[in-house]
Amino acid sequence: MSRVSRNLQEIIKYPSAIFGLLIIFLLVVIAIYTLATMSYQEAINRWRGDETMWAEYPRNALPSWMNYFTQKKLPTTMVLDTATSPQSKERLEMEGLEMVTATLTFDYQFDDFPSEVAVFFTAKGEGEPPFVMPYWEMPDGRRIELEAQSISRQKRYFVSLDNRLIRSLGNRAPEEGLFLDPAAAEGKPAKGQYKLIVEGYLFEPGGDFDVKLLLYGKVHGMAGTDHRRRDLMIALLWGTPIALCFGLLAALGTTIATFIIAAIGVWYGKWVDALIQRITEVNMILPTLPILIMVGTFYSRSIWMILGVVIALSIFGGGIKTYRAMFLQIKDAPYIEAGRAYGAGNLRLIFRYMIPRMIPVLIPTFVTLIPSYVFLEASLAVLGLGDPILPTWGKLLQDAQENGALFKGYYYWVLQPSALLMLTGLGFAMLGFALDRIYNPRLRGR
Amino acid sequence: MKTIRSRRVRETLGRVARYTLLRGLALAVTVIIAVYLTVVIANMGGKVDDIRRGMIKESIAMMVLANEELRKMPAEERQAVLLEMEQLEVERQGLNRPFIVRSFEYLWTALTLDLGRASYISSDSGSRQVRLILLERLSPTLLLWATAQIMIFFIALFFALILSSRYGSFFDKLVIMLAPTSAAPGWFYGLFLILIFAAVLKLLPFGGLVDAPPPQGFWPYSLSVLKHLVLPVAAQFMSGLFLLIYSWRTFFLIYSSEDYVEMAKAKGLPGGLIERRYVLRPTLPYIITNFMLMLIQVWMGGIILETVFNWPGLGRLLYSAIRLSDTSVIVGSVVLYAYLLAITVFLLDIIYAIVDPRVRIGAEGGKA
Repeated sequence: MSRVSRNLQEIIKYPSAIFGLLIIFLLVVIAIYTLATMSYQEAINRWRGDETMWAEYPRNALPSWMNYFTQKKLPTTMVLDTATSPQSKERLEMEGLEMVTATLTFDYQFDDFPSEVAVFFTAKGEGEPPFVMPYWEMPDGRRIELEAQSISRQKRYFVSLDNRLIRSLGNRAPEEGLFLDPAAAEGKPAKGQYKLIVEGYLFEPGGDFDVKLLLYGKVHGMAGTDHRRRDLMIALLWGTPIALCFGLLAALGTTIATFIIAAIGVWYGKWVDALIQRITEVNMILPTLPILIMVGTFYSRSIWMILGVVIALSIFGGGIKTYRAMFLQIKDAPYIEAGRAYGAGNLRLIFRYMIPRMIPVLIPTFVTLIPSYVFLEASLAVLGLGDPILPTWGKLLQDAQENGALFKGYYYWVLQPSALLMLTGLGFAMLGFALDRIYNPRLRGR
Repeated sequence: MKTIRSRRVRETLGRVARYTLLRGLALAVTVIIAVYLTVVIANMGGKVDDIRRGMIKESIAMMVLANEELRKMPAEERQAVLLEMEQLEVERQGLNRPFIVRSFEYLWTALTLDLGRASYISSDSGSRQVRLILLERLSPTLLLWATAQIMIFFIALFFALILSSRYGSFFDKLVIMLAPTSAAPGWFYGLFLILIFAAVLKLLPFGGLVDAPPPQGFWPYSLSVLKHLVLPVAAQFMSGLFLLIYSWRTFFLIYSSEDYVEMAKAKGLPGGLIERRYVLRPTLPYIITNFMLMLIQVWMGGIILETVFNWPGLGRLLYSAIRLSDTSVIVGSVVLYAYLLAITVFLLDIIYAIVDPRVRIGAEGGKA
């Protein structure tokens, strides 16, 4: 106990160590929060969901905190549905058919146009599909006719892609043309009350339909969305426990493996030591990453498979040389002589006498190794070899890279996962560097 | 007097040659092991067999095209002849022998990069030969890598020496503070650099080797390449420089508190001379070993750096080969990387042998 507190006192002397610890603490909090709020299966299902799952999310929307930095207030997504407000529908009996007028009214107060406009129709009834004639009413009372159409069961009308409408608006995208303020000099949306009026004709008794108007915004949530309308938050959040877990396990596996091998080599000496040395030399200049890439392309891209290969390739890693030099120094220490005199066996001497003595030396290396494995995972993901199902930071970067995010100006898409990667890297590296100076007195104060 | 000296030179040269020869041999063995591993891993799903079978099929198809008699045969009959010929060729090349035997054959084909033809990728000159594709991509990779590494080595050495003599100063503390930034690899900083200098400031290109279309004439062309080189080199700088300065400066600090340095100081030798002769000289072997370990990392990191910067080198090739699952190109690139790593280590070993007095003077033991 006193030793732990002494170490803590040492650590507190280094501001960078405190800073690093704070970052790590923050990441752990995020990871715990994620695990508590969203299950693994749910995250995977949502991330791999198709267009229907994400239909009500905007495409490539900025994070909503961007609104604090811009003078223009960017629109958020608005969804209006007659199914949730039955009073918006008026029914009128006519001979042989029924006319239903659905009116969706909303107040638009944003400084920019929405990114897309769509109307989803849902028709009830088995026989003849209803016929609808939608109109758009601007705040100044002007009416614009939208495409009249018959709707069977589920019909998605993407107003933004309606070519006839684009032409009638003077070759202007509908999401702008339907909102344009004619009084303003430059393109600005008119603020005020808009209406979507849908006149529908039902050809059979008991039929009905619902209208859902979707005004996709330009900002969404805390993290924005990607090209497939997915909320980036899922990948940012779930990336945290995955990155920490992968980094920790890989660092643990590799350091412990090299440490034990080095101890065995030093203890048995002679040909065992020589053999280990030679294997290490070969292993050190093996093209590790290309081999990992090969495993990823030919066999499995699962993160656990990659983890296994990483550990297997680094059993005889470069660390052995450093640890060997340290073990050589303590091999003939009196306490080990004493242990031998008691009749302790070889394995007992290695695992209970030599290794525990050197663990403090191991800790800084272990801590500094963690981020390098986090980045390794990201590197593989950027090459398109990320885990096929898990949402990770690296996969976000790869999606962004693939879709030219930097070129098209979707900076948030790159910056958010990068910031988290950078935080992870800095947090562990700062702590590791400070620990290195504490545990390696030769560097102390330097 | 002269003869003694020339004899000593000869002895030294002999020792250095012996050392490099031994290291060269060891590295050759390493390359062979690495390539053998590559072959075994690649063929676990029968991938290399597929390449070989594909080559046989193609050569037979070519023969049929050239042979009038076979071309005139009815389709079914021709198919039967083809199959028979293929079977014969498969047996002749020993593809039906156990894998252990074949693996050594593959080892040789892989070592000579004789990997046949790529299934999707072609070289800029239009060739499908894997060897040509690989060699064509080698020079951009070497250009990027050598520029960055040589600059990093000398700049880091320069600053490390300066900082070691004024440790505790503001810049020293700054470098200690910045050293943890090396936790991130080069490509990661590349993303930021592209964002700042290409996307926002529009000063430098997003990526690639030259402008499109490439400018005519040597100077405009070189200038264009140089412009494209700035960001990837800067990215490598950001990820490698501070850590190197930090760790080398620590080396120098440890060595500059040795007694012989104090002695030199007491003799009143000028600071520059002490740094060069009493601090730099004995630490140089360690520095080179340290640098070597970093270089191995950098070679690997280059694969992704090239991908991020669209640099038409080996890494970018490997990336497109993964996209298209072009097996022969993937195997070829891995083999070429094994060669590149070994050559890098070998070159540094030669330098090591020259600067390390234990090898040069011939004291017992060499490098561990």
